[in-house]
Amino acid sequence: MKDHSELSAIFNADEQRVNWHDETLWWIRQKRDKAVKTLPEWELLRENASQIKQHTLSNLSAYLEQFEAKALANGVKVHWAANAAEHNEIVLSILKRNGINRMVKSKSMLTEECHLNTFLENNGIEVIDSDLGERIVQLAKEPPSHIVLPCIHKKKEEIGELFHEHLGTPVGEADPQVLTEAARQDLRNVFLTRRAALTGVNFAVAETGEMVICTNEGNADMGAHLADVHIASMGIEKLVPQRRHLGVFLRLLARSATGQPITTYSSHLRTPRSGQQMHIILVDNGRSQQLGRESFRNSLKCIRCGACMNTCPVYRKSGGHSYQYTISGPIGSILAPNLDMKKHADLPFASTLCGSCTNVCPVKIDIHNQLYQWRQELVSAGYVDAKKKWGMKAMSFLFAHPSLFSWAGKVGRRLMTAAPYLFNNKLNPWYNQREMPSAAKQSFREWYKQRAKNES
Amino acid sequence: MTVGLFVPCYVDQFYPKAAIATLELLEKLGVKVCFPERQTCCGQPMANSGFAHLTQACDELFTKSFADFDYIVCPSGSCALHLKDHLHSSKHPEKAKQIQLKIYELVEFLVDVLKVQDLEARFPYKVGLHQSCHGLRGLKLAQMSELVAPAFSKPLQLLSMVEELEMVTLSRKDECCGFGGTFCVAEEAVSVKMGKDRVADHIANGATYITGVDLSCLMHMEGILKRQGSEVQIIHIAEILNAS
Repeated sequence: MKDHSELSAIFNADEQRVNWHDETLWWIRQKRDKAVKTLPEWELLRENASQIKQHTLSNLSAYLEQFEAKALANGVKVHWAANAAEHNEIVLSILKRNGINRMVKSKSMLTEECHLNTFLENNGIEVIDSDLGERIVQLAKEPPSHIVLPCIHKKKEEIGELFHEHLGTPVGEADPQVLTEAARQDLRNVFLTRRAALTGVNFAVAETGEMVICTNEGNADMGAHLADVHIASMGIEKLVPQRRHLGVFLRLLARSATGQPITTYSSHLRTPRSGQQMHIILVDNGRSQQLGRESFRNSLKCIRCGACMNTCPVYRKSGGHSYQYTISGPIGSILAPNLDMKKHADLPFASTLCGSCTNVCPVKIDIHNQLYQWRQELVSAGYVDAKKKWGMKAMSFLFAHPSLFSWAGKVGRRLMTAAPYLFNNKLNPWYNQREMPSAAKQSFREWYKQRAKNES
Repeated sequence: MTVGLFVPCYVDQFYPKAAIATLELLEKLGVKVCFPERQTCCGQPMANSGFAHLTQACDELFTKSFADFDYIVCPSGSCALHLKDHLHSSKHPEKAKQIQLKIYELVEFLVDVLKVQDLEARFPYKVGLHQSCHGLRGLKLAQMSELVAPAFSKPLQLLSMVEELEMVTLSRKDECCGFGGTFCVAEEAVSVKMGKDRVADHIANGATYITGVDLSCLMHMEGILKRQGSEVQIIHIAEILNAS
């Protein structure tokens, strides 16, 4: 399996495309900056959100039970899934019980995390994603490359080709409005004919048992309102204690995500309409384990706004697919190793630790510190290559011995001057696209010694 | 007041001019400066690679070398931040803690401790300031573009005291250059692309010099500039503040 570095090198083979990807996401970061700067209380909002989430996570079991009791009283069926497999089985069993083999689904990163679509398709259930971006990557048979903008890696011309093939739009049609209209017409028919709809959940309120789903397209509402069976999948960290807390999070979410003051639809769903079944699946899938990791537990505060991806220069210049995890970018890099350290050992190293992610995070997750911490964990657990390990050991030995360091520095600098080919070659990844720094004739410590001698 | 000068390992070997400028500048400002000879490295190259457990000897050496000074000054935001956050000594835990409180990056020492109001420096060039991430977001040497908070910049405050110097405005004022320690070789493609884009921003806005508080970033951008055959040069902020 290729790692993040290798996949990024492939992504970077087309520099114009990297520029386009980088600029598109930077534009969203700028929209975000503009939007948040209209709120003088922005930093206070972030702090409030962080503390509400900290409090909720510290009392998660109690709030989950409260939420379950309220939801049951509202006439909702509540299911608990310890992992992805249980979640997928629950969805399948609900559909089977109702004799349904076609389902429409709105955006849900959790179902991506659980690989629900593949599972259902293998069990003879057709799933159609109704979020436009998700629909596009579904047609392209690709995973989303961004949690808010799933097809941000695709140019409109490529989407036009895809729609021509699948939705019958004219060859060469790449006008976003025309393409969107084609998808709307196609999806309208889907909404009207599917008896089951699955949605994600952005926030769930413990005191009322309601859930809030935020979309710009209204597709979650279309699905949930028209279907006989509504299934909502949510991670157990999505809770907020009270309704009034939504005022904090709804102001933060869309501004952080896209620079909008609020999502077009922020829908509150509490009770099934007469004759409708409403199911909520509460999914753990590694979350309690992460809650138990002291250094990483506050990653569960994440509200999936994607701001850390848009601001991350590594993400912008490597593309979401290079992360090979449902949630890419900085937040994905601290969530993924929790589920599989070995598989995702490359991700915490796919960062310069610049810290911009931490600064844009609306719930103040110290992402870059956690990346640093994951590096320590991964090395301790042995998920590091031997060459690097020995290199680091040699380096720490050198730095522990000042005279050796001084001597090695002198020899190294002489070699760089006398035999530059030893450094300026293909084996040196620095030299591939960058010149080596020139070796100083005299190190500072040599100069300092000489100055002292001259003065005495 | 006696200041212990900490010169990062690679500055000692590759950029002694920046360390000399730091020393001369501090002395010009009336500070007694001492360079403890047994110093080597802050330990960051190992720690950032996940090998913090291998920095013990390095940490002990640092603690021993610098424990007795009133302040420790270092012409690098990244190394200063690393020590502030992670220096640990099992032999002298209290001394290490004290060091963490009295270590300063050069610019913050000049602004916050010496409270420098004017400098006798002249640098008649167009200069772009690279905001090194650890100095910016770690040491908070300037306001960060992500936050909704009042603007300030300690490096710009000092650079504004330099005669005939003209600052250029960048389109992305605090984006990372892509150096990132071992990241620059482990993630070569992205690192280089990030460096190229930073350099291009400075060039497009007319800089003839790129300056900053961290030579690691400047070294990275220098490698790219030289490969491109560009005449734009990098220069550590101490060299500008010490220029006459």
